[in-house]
Amino acid sequence: MNKVIDIKAAVDKIKAGDRLMVGGFGNIGAPMNLLYELGTRPEINHLTTISEDFHSSGKEWQSFNPMLLNGQVDEIIVSFFGHKWAQEKMDKGEVKLTLVPQGTLAERIRAAGAGLGGFYTPTGVGTIAAEGKEVREINGRKYVLEMPLSADVAIVKAWKADRMGNAIFNYTAQNFNTAMATAATTVILECEVLVEPGEIRPDEVQLPGVFVDYVVHCPMARF
Amino acid sequence: MAINKRETIAKNIARYFNDGDFINLGVGIPTQSANYIPDGIEVILHAESGFAGQDGAIDPPWYHIEEREDIDAEWNAPKWNDKEKGWLQGHKDICDATGKVAILSKGACCFDSVVSFMMARGGHLDATVLGGLQVDEEGNLSNWMVPGKNIPGMGGAMDLVAGAKKVIVAMEFASKDGAPKLLKKNTFPLTALNVVSVVVTERCVIEFIDGKMTVVAMAPGWTKETLQADAEATLHFADVIDVMPVVEA
Amino acid sequence: MNKVVDIKTAIDAVKPGDTVLVGGFTNIGAPMNLMYELGKRPEINHLTTVSEDFHYNAEDKPWQGFNPMLLQGQIDHIIVSFFGHKTAQKMMDEGKVKLTLVPQGTLAERLRAAGAGLGGFYTPTGVGTVAEEGKEVREINGRKYVLEMPLPGDVALVKCWKADRMGNAIFNYTAQNFNFAMATAGKTVILECEELVEPGEIRPDEVQLPGVFVDYVVHCKEAKF
Repeated sequence: MNKVIDIKAAVDKIKAGDRLMVGGFGNIGAPMNLLYELGTRPEINHLTTISEDFHSSGKEWQSFNPMLLNGQVDEIIVSFFGHKWAQEKMDKGEVKLTLVPQGTLAERIRAAGAGLGGFYTPTGVGTIAAEGKEVREINGRKYVLEMPLSADVAIVKAWKADRMGNAIFNYTAQNFNTAMATAATTVILECEVLVEPGEIRPDEVQLPGVFVDYVVHCPMARF
Repeated sequence: MAINKRETIAKNIARYFNDGDFINLGVGIPTQSANYIPDGIEVILHAESGFAGQDGAIDPPWYHIEEREDIDAEWNAPKWNDKEKGWLQGHKDICDATGKVAILSKGACCFDSVVSFMMARGGHLDATVLGGLQVDEEGNLSNWMVPGKNIPGMGGAMDLVAGAKKVIVAMEFASKDGAPKLLKKNTFPLTALNVVSVVVTERCVIEFIDGKMTVVAMAPGWTKETLQADAEATLHFADVIDVMPVVEA
Repeated sequence: MNKVVDIKTAIDAVKPGDTVLVGGFTNIGAPMNLMYELGKRPEINHLTTVSEDFHYNAEDKPWQGFNPMLLQGQIDHIIVSFFGHKTAQKMMDEGKVKLTLVPQGTLAERLRAAGAGLGGFYTPTGVGTVAEEGKEVREINGRKYVLEMPLPGDVALVKCWKADRMGNAIFNYTAQNFNFAMATAGKTVILECEELVEPGEIRPDEVQLPGVFVDYVVHCKEAKF
């Protein structure tokens, strides 16, 4: 089994109109090479992006910026925003913004990957995060019903992976990557180091390769 | 005597830490409170970015480099990519909640965002300390959005306050224009309902005791009357009110 | 910070009437030393045990697994996904023990929900079966789901291979199984380890169970089956 393909072939899997999950906490653990490549393909547009934040970078070539400035992004789902150019596009009505509390975002993505129909969380009760949602009292405490959040494609990033997609992360670079890899129909994994199956001890694996469809080897990690 | 408001708040927050506590510190004053943890008290710091146990932070050079090639060269340099020792000396893939490179402490551990927020929401944090915009008599907190300003997003704040055993809010007693921040009912969008345990300001420390906003410590120079004059909320006062230690400007 | 205690002190944390979560998938990854010690304390009774199975494979060894506790009448209620334990079955028929069966994935998810502070979750598992009896069934996007509730414990007994004094732990291969979820769901968490090291000897991103979930660490050099 060999899931390794080149970066162009990998980005071909993303279609206009897709819901796209992007791993990372800020730029840490984000698939920066895949994002950069996607930004060179303006025809892949009308995307909805789902990510922890929107990488508040002022550099036009970095992270979400090429896609945003090319008009490839229609909707942004994040827990933290603070992006000047995206804010401008939002104010002009070119981009829609949805904010989700960070823990709820992680849990909704996990719920999609776990096949759950929804879950009750105490987060956001009585706030705008609960607007339009069922609130239910369970054992004397109020909870909001939150629904799973899935995507057509997830682009995620690991440190080391084998050709079957089994992956290991450095330190805090796992963040949203594992959950997102469980929640999308197609999963593209960017890795810095590529090894053969068997070179990673089975109980060292943090992201099981069965969740991964394509592996892209990018020896140069990008910030 | 002029005091340093932020340092005074930070110092008084640290008085609430107990040995062995597992604590999340928000950006700004809450993070500064780590500098005032008393000797003999060991706490484990939680970062929602995915670790428990911090021993410092480095301002990463790549934030201050302009050219793409130069950033990548720095980011890929061996000094930031040591898998074995990176947690002791700095590694490109360890960030704290603000994006700095964290140095981890001995006994630290890393985890993904799902587990990070299981810790927050699941009642595993002894305390979460975060900045506040408004707190009202019901213990409601507003801290993530000022109406009419650009929306930064709530980030992890709503989850962090939903499960922590103690929610400590760090804020100045009143806003710069003198408008009260301790209110009868919050006017800004809420972060959470009925969650605040303690409010630490530069003038006094307030605990919610039997659901009442109760002053338990005051800085020198303030009285019950002068405090109440600048608060919209009705303040209650403990039988014994401690003197708050302050940090001079 | 040092959470290491001796095994007797650790078991003192278990009280009569407690719900005790016990890690393992059969004997693999199960805290066999802690269970054995608990079996020496018949006064800690009226327990509800929650475990993947009831170590049916150890039925003929009265000193192993849940057997000492069961035979001494320390257990009132068994919550498992798989049973097949003839002695326990007999005690159940005699009305001495109550049994609750939970689908294995639902058991894992209910424990995790308790650890994650959720109020409940909707799962497709068990719709239309005995597992849904008495529970809310709800259609979401054209599919039926059962509402399942969190399952917390008063105490969790879990087992790892290597741990440091702060409770940060690593498991061997499939021995992680229910241990992680249970460690998040127990009010008091007792971790049995084969190897004990100092904080800093385990690289932070090797840790599989964060020590912040653990209250006590017990070093049992001799792993038991």
